[in-house]
Amino acid sequence: MEKNKNHCEELITSISEYVDGSINPQLCLELEKHLSECDNCRVVVNTLKKTIDIYRQQSAREKMPSDVKNRLLARLHLEDYRE
Amino acid sequence: MVELQAEPLNLEALQNGDPNEQTRLVELYSDCIYRLALKMLANTHDAEDVLQETFIKALKALPNFEGRSSLSTWLYRIAINESLMLLRKRKLEVAIQEDDFVDGENEDSIEAYQLLDWCCLPEDVFMTNETRAELDRQIQKLPENLRTVFILRDIEALSIKETAETLELSETNVKTRLFRARLKLREELSTYFAEFIEENTNGKK
Repeated sequence: MEKNKNHCEELITSISEYVDGSINPQLCLELEKHLSECDNCRVVVNTLKKTIDIYRQQSAREKMPSDVKNRLLARLHLEDYRE
Repeated sequence: MVELQAEPLNLEALQNGDPNEQTRLVELYSDCIYRLALKMLANTHDAEDVLQETFIKALKALPNFEGRSSLSTWLYRIAINESLMLLRKRKLEVAIQEDDFVDGENEDSIEAYQLLDWCCLPEDVFMTNETRAELDRQIQKLPENLRTVFILRDIEALSIKETAETLELSETNVKTRLFRARLKLREELSTYFAEFIEENTNGKK
């Protein structure tokens, strides 16, 4: 049991690279094998992925208000050059 | 990051101060720069200041831009520096008000994990304004060195290499910070969604 916990800790440092797909293949195999056996680590990986996803999706919906852009262009003396 | 949909920007025209090309630069990157500043500062007024300062400085410095990094990386770097300067100023103000103000950047270990699987919540829960407010709150709680990396890599979707270039860090350093930022945010969101689930199941009884 204790041995298993250490294994989790050791592998968990790689999950960031794992979700980015930039993990080295050897480690990837090892991690995926571990994930198939360890519910806890699987939850950590899934919720980590989801965390990044939600941030990306929410941010993609945020647009700069048009008056902010108008003031920026005015400040740069570019207001007459918009298409 | 925004990919250039139409023609790529003409660097020579930009450097010669062509206002049409400058306007295109603004149109292409102002959304990203504003979003970055807003995430860094959590204040629309400050974000607008940073946005304006970034483009004023960029247009002024463009003739000396040597193209060693991409234009966008270069703009991001200016915006990050402007944001950090504002944050420092704010901290100074706070420090003057409270003498024993201590920054909470303790090196916490990565041991205690929340193990609730909240991925299965309905998608629309993740897209509410309440959730967004929580996401913003948690980004603000990250120490600056983790916040900048997370914003560039995971919100603005720069590569590890571009993030490293922008912040003048090694790629290894970026990866380490990114890992810690992601793990912290995951931890906080797990707590948040655990409460959400509890409230909603109680409500239904």
